[in-house]
Amino acid sequence: MIAETGLAALWLAAAMALLQLVGGLTLIRGEGRLTPVIKPAALIQGALCVVSFASLMWLFYTTDLSVLLVASNSHIDKPLIFKLAGTWGNHEGSMLLWVSVLSLSGAAIALLEKRIDTRTLQATLAVQAFVALGFFAFLLFSSNPFERLFPAPVEGAGLNPLLQDIGLAFHPPTLYIGYVGLSVAFSFAVAAMLTRQVGPAFARAMRPWVLGAWIFLTVGITAGSYWAYYELGWGGWWFWDPVENASLMPWLAATALLHSVSVLATRNALRAWTIMLALVAFAMSMAGTFLVRSGILTSVHAFAVDPERGSFILALMLMYTSLAFLVFATRIGTVKQGEPFQIISREGGIVANNIFLSVILAIVLIGTLYPLAAEAMGDKISVGPPYFNKATVPIALLLMIALLLGPLLRWRRDELKRYKYWLVAFFAVSLWTGVAIWRFVPGVGIFPILGLALSLALAIAAWVPLKGRNLLRTPLPVFGMVIAHFGLAVSVFGMAAESGFSRETLTALAPGETTKVADWQVKLDDVRPVVGDNWVATEGQLVARNKHKNFVLRPQSRQFYRPEQQTSEAALLTRWNGQLYAVIAQPDENGDGRWQVRLWWKPFVTFIWFGGLLVAFGGAIALLGRMFRRPKKPAVNKWAQA
Amino acid sequence: MKPKHQRLVLAVIAFVALIGAGFIAAAALKEEASYFYTPTTMANAKIEPGKAIRLGGMVQKGSIKRDADGVSITFVVQDRDATQTVAYRGITPDLFVEGSGVVADGRLRPDGVFVADSLLAKHDENYVPKELADIDMNTAEHTKDTLSK
Repeated sequence: MIAETGLAALWLAAAMALLQLVGGLTLIRGEGRLTPVIKPAALIQGALCVVSFASLMWLFYTTDLSVLLVASNSHIDKPLIFKLAGTWGNHEGSMLLWVSVLSLSGAAIALLEKRIDTRTLQATLAVQAFVALGFFAFLLFSSNPFERLFPAPVEGAGLNPLLQDIGLAFHPPTLYIGYVGLSVAFSFAVAAMLTRQVGPAFARAMRPWVLGAWIFLTVGITAGSYWAYYELGWGGWWFWDPVENASLMPWLAATALLHSVSVLATRNALRAWTIMLALVAFAMSMAGTFLVRSGILTSVHAFAVDPERGSFILALMLMYTSLAFLVFATRIGTVKQGEPFQIISREGGIVANNIFLSVILAIVLIGTLYPLAAEAMGDKISVGPPYFNKATVPIALLLMIALLLGPLLRWRRDELKRYKYWLVAFFAVSLWTGVAIWRFVPGVGIFPILGLALSLALAIAAWVPLKGRNLLRTPLPVFGMVIAHFGLAVSVFGMAAESGFSRETLTALAPGETTKVADWQVKLDDVRPVVGDNWVATEGQLVARNKHKNFVLRPQSRQFYRPEQQTSEAALLTRWNGQLYAVIAQPDENGDGRWQVRLWWKPFVTFIWFGGLLVAFGGAIALLGRMFRRPKKPAVNKWAQA
Repeated sequence: MKPKHQRLVLAVIAFVALIGAGFIAAAALKEEASYFYTPTTMANAKIEPGKAIRLGGMVQKGSIKRDADGVSITFVVQDRDATQTVAYRGITPDLFVEGSGVVADGRLRPDGVFVADSLLAKHDENYVPKELADIDMNTAEHTKDTLSK
């Protein structure tokens, strides 16, 4: 019964989306008799999606094996949290989550958005429903999560052990809210073009939604990076895996959009530019969904290979993107030219930010799609970290240089000589750091040196916009900006320190033997078998010693059953200045009683994720400021702060 | 600057930046994209030592040899017609066993040994390295077809 309820709710939600769209279409013909249904339909659609998603969670909670999806992805012996999280640990469930978030975003607009005029709001909801409709069709016709299985099996097939981690409970929902939340910016942009309302008022309405989606995306990427770092046991925190790129690309576009929408809201400039970024951002979300869900990639994220589904998502993506760009092409002429500005100005700085982010986005996109294009032509090519690092890091460093000065500049026009002391100070800090590392630490690459040098300068520069302000009267968004930029400095510091100064030891140890990594003496005390809920493991007990203290680390090599698979559970020792990372391997059949142990000392690696969270926290502070400021009349607000 | 010009200038800047991105990407791809080879195609191609490539095939039975340090191994990757010796230092992936498929990322050493930086083994039905999905090393017929292309 529950499965049928869920399916029925999904069909009804699709019907609501259709109603919403039809209501929106009557808008085009002036008054439109059906427009009053749009708002309630959006709310009901959201509620129905909640019912549908809750039904699926219930099926996973009770492990109802008569449902195909549960039978092939869950198992009665699985711990409860993974049963629940398993709802979205598969293709159909994760697509249902995707659509539910899309629907709920629409409902949230209907419920909360009070700043824009009714017509634009209705048009926005209609566009949102139009997008939702395609993905409802995708679910109902090619990825039905509620399909029954007869006869029901006695036990399920189980969940990929790599996914049996607490990260699965939080990472996908967070990322999806960010990903799909960008649909709101897309719908707003298309609607504003249709109703000819592209301007500061529209930008002020759109800004909190972009900010909200961007915060979730930032947290999702940060958490995903840490998850991959400790779960895969490879010691890396970013692999330039296509699936990681799929989440990075919308983030890059959203970050650019976030900055340009501020220019539009405050200064009424960069109109066409902002609209374009809003379209690109959601196009990247859909491209990401296509890459991950189509099965053209092999990855722990790609759950099933089914070419039909891939073509379906590709068709949806191409349709929505090309329709949106068609609207852009036909309507952009009617969007008025914005206010002019000089190159050396806050606007100029933000244009630089947008350009650099777009260039990085283009490089990542090309590198991600190139192997697919080459394969279509019969060549097998892989593009890995060397390409991405070499091509994107220099641009990212340029972006950081622009960021040193950008937030200090005045709107409209400014002069560099006003900042000569700051410029000299930033340059001195960078130069001093760079030369000190280059002189005293041999063998560090140019990128880590530049990264450390610029991140220290940025850590100071980030706070300068607060100088001379009355802190009690400074608006929250300014604090948000300062914190986010400081967070970026912290994160880049961690990345540069990790890539420049990590130390690695790979060796085979018999119990009782000792090895060294960086300043640590590590002794393999003992190795013993451990039994878990649905796995058995070989657990090593390592004692790590630095000058003062002993610490115990217990890395495991786990053997799961159902499905049968081995995973490495790394052991991490976190100190304020870095992490000790330990992995142990399964014994050889013809081994000599020694165990392979791999150790890393990763200085300041935790700064990467701590900085990422600071960036998101800064966003949250800014969002608070935006939400609790009463909407004012545009005329009064014209010269308000950023 | 007149407003009309400003829009034009911005559009030109954006256009130039994207062209620039294309050039950067093309240049980096030329150097860093790594092609996939099987032992046979590798034997027929002249590959410069030091160029990043991927090698895929089956681990020859009885070929895995472990060095005295306990962490370095050499093994032979084979397909139907050719073999290639591979050296690797590190923890091998969980399903790296003799007689099963492997994809190695690495470079050719001047002495002809392929030095792998990373190994990817065939995991299970749900997670097959992409290159091995097409070339099933266990069925000779299929292999022949693929390789004769």
